[in-house]
Amino acid sequence: MDNSNITVVVGMSGGVDSSVTAKLLKDQGYNTIGIFMKNWDDTDEFGVCTATDDYEDVRLVAEEIGIPYYSVNFEKEYYDRVFQYFLDEYKKGRTPNPDVMCNKEIKFKAFLDHAMKLGADYVATGHYARVTHDENGTSMLRGVDRNKDQTYFLNQLSQEQLSRVMFPLGHMDKTEVRKLAHEYDLATKDKKDSTGICFIGERDFKEFLSGYLPANPGRMINMDTGEDKGQHDGLMYYTIGQRQGLGIGGDGGPYFVAGKNLETNELYVVSGYHNEALYSSSLEASDINFITEVPDHFECTAKFRYRQEDEPVTVTRMDDGRLHVEFKDAARAITPGQAVVFYDDEVCLGGATIDRVFKEARELEYLG
Amino acid sequence: MIKVAIYADYAATTPVDKEILKKVIDSADVFGNPSSIHKFGKQAKAILEKSRRDVASLLNASPAEIIFTSGATEANNMAIRGVVARHHRPHIITTEIEHASVLNTFKSLSAEADVTYLPTHENGVIDTGVLKSALREDTALVSIMLVNNETGVMQPIYEIREILAGHDALLHIDAVQAFGHMAVDVKDLGADLLSLSAHKLYGPKGIGLLYKSKDVRLDPMITGGSQERDARGGTENGLWIQAMAEAMKRASDESTRRSLKEMQLKERFLNTLTMAEVPFEVNGDVNQSASHIINLHFPWSQAEFLLTALDMADIYLSAGSACHAGTLEPSHVLESMYGKTERSTKSIRFSFSYLMADEDIEHIVEALKEIYERLMK
Repeated sequence: MDNSNITVVVGMSGGVDSSVTAKLLKDQGYNTIGIFMKNWDDTDEFGVCTATDDYEDVRLVAEEIGIPYYSVNFEKEYYDRVFQYFLDEYKKGRTPNPDVMCNKEIKFKAFLDHAMKLGADYVATGHYARVTHDENGTSMLRGVDRNKDQTYFLNQLSQEQLSRVMFPLGHMDKTEVRKLAHEYDLATKDKKDSTGICFIGERDFKEFLSGYLPANPGRMINMDTGEDKGQHDGLMYYTIGQRQGLGIGGDGGPYFVAGKNLETNELYVVSGYHNEALYSSSLEASDINFITEVPDHFECTAKFRYRQEDEPVTVTRMDDGRLHVEFKDAARAITPGQAVVFYDDEVCLGGATIDRVFKEARELEYLG
Repeated sequence: MIKVAIYADYAATTPVDKEILKKVIDSADVFGNPSSIHKFGKQAKAILEKSRRDVASLLNASPAEIIFTSGATEANNMAIRGVVARHHRPHIITTEIEHASVLNTFKSLSAEADVTYLPTHENGVIDTGVLKSALREDTALVSIMLVNNETGVMQPIYEIREILAGHDALLHIDAVQAFGHMAVDVKDLGADLLSLSAHKLYGPKGIGLLYKSKDVRLDPMITGGSQERDARGGTENGLWIQAMAEAMKRASDESTRRSLKEMQLKERFLNTLTMAEVPFEVNGDVNQSASHIINLHFPWSQAEFLLTALDMADIYLSAGSACHAGTLEPSHVLESMYGKTERSTKSIRFSFSYLMADEDIEHIVEALKEIYERLMK
């Protein structure tokens, strides 16, 4: 098939996944163009610009594959639409998911717009997810590599957005991608996968956050006994279900974060992984996005966090427009601010943001 | 349609005139070290000094006043650092719109000198009133470009010279964008120091010069042998010096013809763009600008987007300066003229050459119109 009249702009990060993505598309004959996104400026604060090295890798790979490459600056958009949200959520004591927001607002909005204005027919990225088009419209399917599947982070994309998207790695295993990178001898073939949130990188999370939000230390209270377990460093540093970094020694442990009280600035902890207080039976969610059309009441499976097994749930659209999600089995450490993402077998139906969590009919007040 | 690549970024660099290269290659048999006192050395020295004489006469200077350098960046560093080194915490003046090789040199000297940066008017011309009031008894150096590399706007050197009359401050002129497009006569300009580069004149990269009036003393930056009358150590880059001399000679001989063509191209460009109804504004005073540069503000697009879209249409232009990650920084020149507005991120520099054809201009306008219409859809 002659694809040369189809222009695909590949979002190239300088990593191995997007490098192989670009190479595959080029080999399939598409008019392939690589564009590097610069979303965060860390030169001002720390004197080093990590983007320099990543762009250098984009340059090397693009030259190797033989495609034009460019750069685009979305620092302002990223700060306004992702980072501000990130800070606001932490201020509310919630645990935001900036990757979901980055996909929704930057990669598949600002970047997609940029590419379309440049005359692109499609945007491609190295995400592990699949997109299919048929008479019913566009659907998003899980990546074939179950361990790498990234549909969780892509749950807020609309049909409109997905209709212009290609995920060439969706039907591949990560090991296969690495192997191809070696076969093609790409400059990024042995580059380590990036970990963590892009703007924090390898830095210490606590230290980073304290540069933007004032830390307000308070007391840690055992939710079951009322006992004072010492000082916490600031509620924003903790997330529901967290075990590490509490600094509680001695008997009765290990301890886990079970809640936050923003009014009293108290962090609630409980003893034991399977402590009752960590379990809930339903949740309410907003920022609802369904890629595939669904009825007002249906059963499916859901993920409450990335790389977690699906849980069977019943979803009901409430009168106020929000979603009520009832779990078949009690679920552990549901965290407000994180995404709940729905699946029907292979199909990612869409998702929403977790707002409130319930145990039977009782709201668990201090989760948010 | 066959796409033709159009380069309109001649202020960034020019292609090397192949005839110059041929001449230089033919003389490569004379390979001696000009510092050697044997015959081979003397032959090389003769060619070197011939180049120096030619260059000096083109600038209305004497040969002893020419120091060859690795380029204008080195020449600018040599002039500025060389003056500051001879004074104890002097006051030095430059403008907000200089090239990075001047601006960053001034910035790096903030511990050794008091520094004043002159602002500009909206028309791209520096505020000479501020120069008058900034001038102090201990002002040792005023460094000002003759033609701004982003806007093409010429700076009022004669007026500046007048303000400096009777004052001890030295005048350094960065004339990189001027030579070949207008007369550059060191006596007429009243320059004490003046920098030039070959690669803006269809010569090779990596060679430039500093004119240093015989009355001026500079501490050398590069210490070594006694080359360049002790002003710069290191065996002279003989072949490239010849190439620079030849490039300057051609640029000077052809100056009128080349500039006229550049002006025609510029005028045609502005007219065609207006006719095509692509909205734009000229940055700076077009009537005070050098023949080859024009900087336009396109309120309807970020420069970054426009440069990418034009590149995809095989039209090569530039704007401001790029960061290491390939994205554009706002233009410091336009920020000086218009303040921190979006004008400094929505403007593009076009720089023309006598080598370009009228059709090239039509192609650029067509591409701009197409992009504009695509965006307006």
